[in-house]
Amino acid sequence: MEDRRFGFRTRAVHAGTPPDPATGARAQPLYLSTSFVFDSAEHAAELFSLRTYGNIYSRIGNPTVSAFEERMASLEGGLGGIATASGLAAQLVAILSLAQTGDHFVASANLYGGTVTQFTVTLRRMGIACTLAPGGAPADIAQAIRPETKAVFVETIGNPAGNIADIEALAAVAHRHGVPLIVDNTFASPALCRPIEWGADIVVHSATKYIGGHGTVIGGVLVESGAFPWGAGKHPLLAQPSPGYHDMNFVETFGEYAYLMRARAEVLRDVGACLSPMNAWLMLQGLETLAVRMPVHVENARTVARFLQGRDEVAWVSFAELESSPYRALSAKYLPDGPGSIFTFGLRGGGEAGRAFIEALELWSHLANVGDAKSLVIHPASTTHQQLSEEEMRASGVTPEMVRVSVGLEDAADLLWDLDRALHAAASQTLVTEGKP
Amino acid sequence: MILNGLSARLALLRRSRTVAMVGASNKTTRPSYFVFSYLRTHRVLEVTPINPALAEIDGIKAFPTLTAYAAERGAPDIVDVFRKPSEAAAVAREAVAVGAKAIWFQYGVIDPEAIRIADEGGLDVVVDRCIKVESARFDGGLSVGGFNSGLVTARRFRPLESEPMGRHAR
Repeated sequence: MEDRRFGFRTRAVHAGTPPDPATGARAQPLYLSTSFVFDSAEHAAELFSLRTYGNIYSRIGNPTVSAFEERMASLEGGLGGIATASGLAAQLVAILSLAQTGDHFVASANLYGGTVTQFTVTLRRMGIACTLAPGGAPADIAQAIRPETKAVFVETIGNPAGNIADIEALAAVAHRHGVPLIVDNTFASPALCRPIEWGADIVVHSATKYIGGHGTVIGGVLVESGAFPWGAGKHPLLAQPSPGYHDMNFVETFGEYAYLMRARAEVLRDVGACLSPMNAWLMLQGLETLAVRMPVHVENARTVARFLQGRDEVAWVSFAELESSPYRALSAKYLPDGPGSIFTFGLRGGGEAGRAFIEALELWSHLANVGDAKSLVIHPASTTHQQLSEEEMRASGVTPEMVRVSVGLEDAADLLWDLDRALHAAASQTLVTEGKP
Repeated sequence: MILNGLSARLALLRRSRTVAMVGASNKTTRPSYFVFSYLRTHRVLEVTPINPALAEIDGIKAFPTLTAYAAERGAPDIVDVFRKPSEAAAVAREAVAVGAKAIWFQYGVIDPEAIRIADEGGLDVVVDRCIKVESARFDGGLSVGGFNSGLVTARRFRPLESEPMGRHAR
């Protein structure tokens, strides 16, 4: 047998799921079992002291979940993965595995609203401070780094502003300060961008989106590269005796596996935000077609973006591939096959027109999710980002007239038919409103 | 010959039975103890500690030197090296002298002189890898931990497994 580097689509179908050794089942079995028997007292002791690999309890690991983790690690080009109950849980585990009270991290201000509140409210209450750098460009991030900074966090494609992270330059900034770059790759998926190839150290996902792909279950995952030098001095959490494991030093004992071992054995174990095997099983089904679905998502998004750009009712369209986008060059570099299918546009009629537009749609679903096979639409200012202050809202790129779409896999002509109807409805609604004294 | 790549490491592990671990420790948080304990309990390879300061680890008799080991047990299939890089050349010389078939330098045990001695002495050489991690890669252990094994296969049994039930059952 010679070494072969299998392609992305092959790994999307096969990685992590060889035939089940116990039964020969070709599809990944769904192991709905909370716990797993030990072979002997010695085997149990070896497992609990992390000296051998094996299943103990599904909060820490489960065969169906680990198949999903391995497939994600393979697709992102990382050392390993940890699946979590949601994307927010993946971020929490990623941060808690490298920072503790008194520490600090820097994030781009162009983030999903739920991420902003996790960072600035919940993590702050736990004593971990976060600076949101407006703009999120490498220079903005560099300026916000302090001596106690432990990581830099950005989204590949910002939600909802659609800004594209300059991952290579951001990784260089982070590494110059001895800290890892964490990238939320949800809006790109590994089919369109693999941040680790550009120098990122940790990738997090809301697997609820393109990875699951069908809007069925909530889940998250983090993947680590195994390349970051955790023992270089900035991260004593990993390189000092751990009281949870008889004063074991994770870096010394596990080398490149230190971060993932600690993230699972201490943080996932204690936070408890594990992924259900049922959800992992559905995510695995989703991943098998990820590389087939994404080009259709992208092509439909291109069609919709061009259509909207040509309409008088539309003030602007923020799709990174358009000539009008300031992110066009970054999109060409990091997302050569297209910047996903989630983007925003603004209606000339403002917030009022936005609401009327959404209410007139027939085929597009009005809901708070993205990355579904179905086309979705939302008005961020009154929904996903309404918990933010006006200042935070502006910093995260949300404006009152903004409408966010997630373009699905339907026939593009049907999507345009519905948009056309709703744009007419919004325009007449605006005229009525403006006509009032 | 210096072995690079997954298949070469798998072939080495498959054709090997005995491992003499130079620098094995009985301190339970040391990396060498983790590897020793893994190999001892998995029973795919027969591991023996080489450490002049110890009589045994977990009931497995230790030998003070590779030479002493070989005198009683014969040449080991693999000499696994947990020593400082500066001491690796001496281990390589002794490995060649006792007729070991392969030498495995663990993570960070990188010394060009030691590699050259072993290579020219006719040994198969693995550098900057962990024998526990590579065993686990091929018997499903890495996959259980959510790690990327790098393996893609439509065959039922993992390469180091010969029967369907768990390794510990054997």
